[in-house]
Amino acid sequence: MAITGIMRPGFIQIRVLDMPAAIEFYTKRIGLHQVTEGPDGRVYLKSADEFDHHSIVLRRADSAGVDAAGFKCVKDSDLDHYEKRVTDYGFAVDHVKAGEQPGLGRRIGFTIPTGHRIELYAESEQSDPKPRTHNPDVWELEPHGMAARRFDHSLLYGPDVQGNLDFFEKALDFRCAERVDMPDGVFAIWMTCGMKAHDIAFVKYPEPNKLHHVAFELENWQSIGHAADILTRYDISIDLGPTRHGITRGQTIYFFDPSGNRCETFAGGYTYYPDIPTRTWDETQVGKGIFYYERQLNDAFLSVVS
Amino acid sequence: MAPQRFQVTLEGHGQANVYEGERVLVALERAQGFGQLKNLPRRLPVGCRRGGCGVCRVRVLAGAYDSGPMSRSCVSAEDEAAGLVLACCIYPRSDLFLRLETPVVVKAKGERALQPV
Repeated sequence: MAITGIMRPGFIQIRVLDMPAAIEFYTKRIGLHQVTEGPDGRVYLKSADEFDHHSIVLRRADSAGVDAAGFKCVKDSDLDHYEKRVTDYGFAVDHVKAGEQPGLGRRIGFTIPTGHRIELYAESEQSDPKPRTHNPDVWELEPHGMAARRFDHSLLYGPDVQGNLDFFEKALDFRCAERVDMPDGVFAIWMTCGMKAHDIAFVKYPEPNKLHHVAFELENWQSIGHAADILTRYDISIDLGPTRHGITRGQTIYFFDPSGNRCETFAGGYTYYPDIPTRTWDETQVGKGIFYYERQLNDAFLSVVS
Repeated sequence: MAPQRFQVTLEGHGQANVYEGERVLVALERAQGFGQLKNLPRRLPVGCRRGGCGVCRVRVLAGAYDSGPMSRSCVSAEDEAAGLVLACCIYPRSDLFLRLETPVVVKAKGERALQPV
């Protein structure tokens, strides 16, 4: 196996103001399925194209935003390995018991320089609906809504992006696929632990622990167009798009869930290999990097977060 | 039956029609599109439109309204009780008089995105 250690984004736990509205949005519009509701009221969702127990966790709260981003490791001993690496780096690591989220094994957690909580785990039960593995059809259950195929990545905002870059490279073995440098230093980074152009990204922002968006992968540009039709039909608050990112080359729409958390539908994007050099952007071309067709940032990109 | 129509006045900027059950911010955005709002600092501060980001904060100077959930990291319970609310989360029950009190300056080209009030 070529991919070792931290393998991919596994789940993200987000806070919602209105749980029934959030469930309707993520199941009927994004196209996910509800797996279960936990005893503490958290709701667990997945795409029918994902095998693992869940990928999206909704927690009812008085403020919107993100609680934690979870990454799945290849094997259980990876958790011990990264606990040592993170501790040696100088950050405190805590432990979450198996079953704290239904279907998931033990997790380790720590806070990164931008103020976000990152968790690692290795074990997940599978849940239905999921793809068949013998003579599989392209889908087992007919896709609905925007037909999201998986939770793809998140973009998080906080002050110390340089600190995150150093930590993710040195302690977690991520690589930086792309970065934006401003005259006063690194402004944004797109980090990968596998073969996607990004598995998590960070942009510099004065307040810590902010959520810019949670992204769902769609099949192609045609699917993005269908998602846009759904946004208008159901009067979902849109931010920007359909358009394309210069950075990652992904095709995209930004829009908001019923609690004001930004979501993205993402299709395409290039394949990353560990020998590919970091692509860099400067102040003069950052508009094209973020929104390739508009060639400038919109008002909300740097100021609207949850 | 057609929804009831109210008028929302944005202090110093103009007036807009707003309908029963409609988010006040959406009515203001429409009025901006029609060129009915004048002398805005830049443009109407619009973010997520769903109560999460706090960009569209207004003070209700007069009028009755219903409100939906808004993120407590943007509007405290005391703020909300005092009429400092998010325009995207209030729905008119009468004519309304509002003052923009956005917590951030919405970015114009070449400016910093976030500035303290």
